[in-house]
Amino acid sequence: MNTGRRAFLATLAGGLAAPALLRAGTAAHVIVLGAGFGGATVARLLAGVPELRVTLIERDATIHTCPFSNGVLGGLWPMERIAFDLVALGRAGVRLIRAEATGIDPETRSISLADGTRLTGDVMVLAPGISFDWAAIEGLSPATAEQVPHAWKAGRQTEILREQLVAMEDGGLVVVGIPAPPFRCPPGPYERISLIAHYLKTNKPASKILVLDAQDAFSKQPLFEEAWASLYPGMIERVPGSASGAVMAVDAGTMRISTGFDDVTAAVANIIPPQRAARILTDAGLDDGLGWCPVEPVGFESRVAPGIHILGDAALQGDMPKSAFSANGQARACARAILARLAGHEPQGAKLLNVCYSLTAPDYGFSIADVYEPGPEKVSLVLSEGRTTALGASAETHAAEAEYARSWFDTITSQLYG
Amino acid sequence: MFNTRIRVPPTAKPGEIVEIRTMIMHPMDNGFSYTTQGTLIPQNIITEFSCHYLGEEVILVRLEPGISANPYFTFPLRAEATGTVRFRWMDQHGDITTAEEEMVVE
Repeated sequence: MNTGRRAFLATLAGGLAAPALLRAGTAAHVIVLGAGFGGATVARLLAGVPELRVTLIERDATIHTCPFSNGVLGGLWPMERIAFDLVALGRAGVRLIRAEATGIDPETRSISLADGTRLTGDVMVLAPGISFDWAAIEGLSPATAEQVPHAWKAGRQTEILREQLVAMEDGGLVVVGIPAPPFRCPPGPYERISLIAHYLKTNKPASKILVLDAQDAFSKQPLFEEAWASLYPGMIERVPGSASGAVMAVDAGTMRISTGFDDVTAAVANIIPPQRAARILTDAGLDDGLGWCPVEPVGFESRVAPGIHILGDAALQGDMPKSAFSANGQARACARAILARLAGHEPQGAKLLNVCYSLTAPDYGFSIADVYEPGPEKVSLVLSEGRTTALGASAETHAAEAEYARSWFDTITSQLYG
Repeated sequence: MFNTRIRVPPTAKPGEIVEIRTMIMHPMDNGFSYTTQGTLIPQNIITEFSCHYLGEEVILVRLEPGISANPYFTFPLRAEATGTVRFRWMDQHGDITTAEEEMVVE
């Protein structure tokens, strides 16, 4: 055993669990929960390190990415475009366990699986994503989500919403309900509205979209509104939060959607519930009662439990949005921090990036690019000018941005799953 | 004139109690808060809201600085005959915003 590894284990274990870890010849065990953009990135980066043994726990055989799932709804591409298996991760040296994780014990850094097995790691990376706060909207539940889909976790839900849009008659009313922040992918609902509008304009032009929004302002709002005015005039109506836009109740039987002011009957309703960190994390107390899990801004290690890193949508890290791009960057920072500890020194913070593309039609895209840095307390946005595509940009610019969006998606998914 | 939202049922039966909903998009600045630059935001509020139906004032509300932005009123109204339900908001400067909706009673 080299001194680097001993120092690494000492830092991780904080002394207490050390005897168990000092068995000769065993590589330090890294357990990763969730094979999304955060978990898959960190597993893949650490899989090649000889001093480490990487186990990745994932419930689903096929990952459906939320990025580009709005394109499925808009009919831009089929479900297969957003479906990925984990074979390549296995080939890269990650030990895959396909199971539902049922509980986490932060004290012992162990995780229980549905079949009763218990895995213990020297370091844990948790990236299980979000849970829905069903109780926030009357009448909404996992059962009624079959009729009133959220489609905010891609997969079967995406298919349900797509099938409903395809089955709807021309002239129908599509209601999209958007929760109060924070939620996964801040511009996502507005991209979704745009691509549903694209589908309706092409196939069912007499239909309308009513957006019931708990938010007043939203991400890239001027760019979205410019696109809606030019691409889908008169098709989209939005009621903001200050005009009582927040959805309060849903009747899945009658498709009646109620806010504090309006009651409307929808042909198709896509109601996205408010969100918090995945239930397995809040059950383990890793959210410290906040709904999201506080982490330090360099290696995304939990503020509650040392040796446990929390990445992506579930993390409360500061200013970064809950996006695939962010989770990927956070995973890189986390992997660097784990390797630094392995080499026996303190992790150094590096700048983080988030680039977020939105499509409003197949050849109409725009983006926002932000730089973040780890501050003393949290990850902070480094303010700069010109972070978004300019208003009034040319058709060529929008077409190029749409192309960049497609290449970003193809690149990141092939790095993780290809 | 400020933007308003109103909800009056298009039809009702004679004697039916219907629910009326109204909202005006107004900041209701109470005169005690500051901008991020540290300047006091002067008081600017709606002071009066009323509803008329069949030539009668059916509700009159006086608003004070403690009322939140975008004041929202909902109240029951007895539908007696076909007529226009008229709404009127007045701000502290005396400027008037109106809205109306026809209700058919049969």
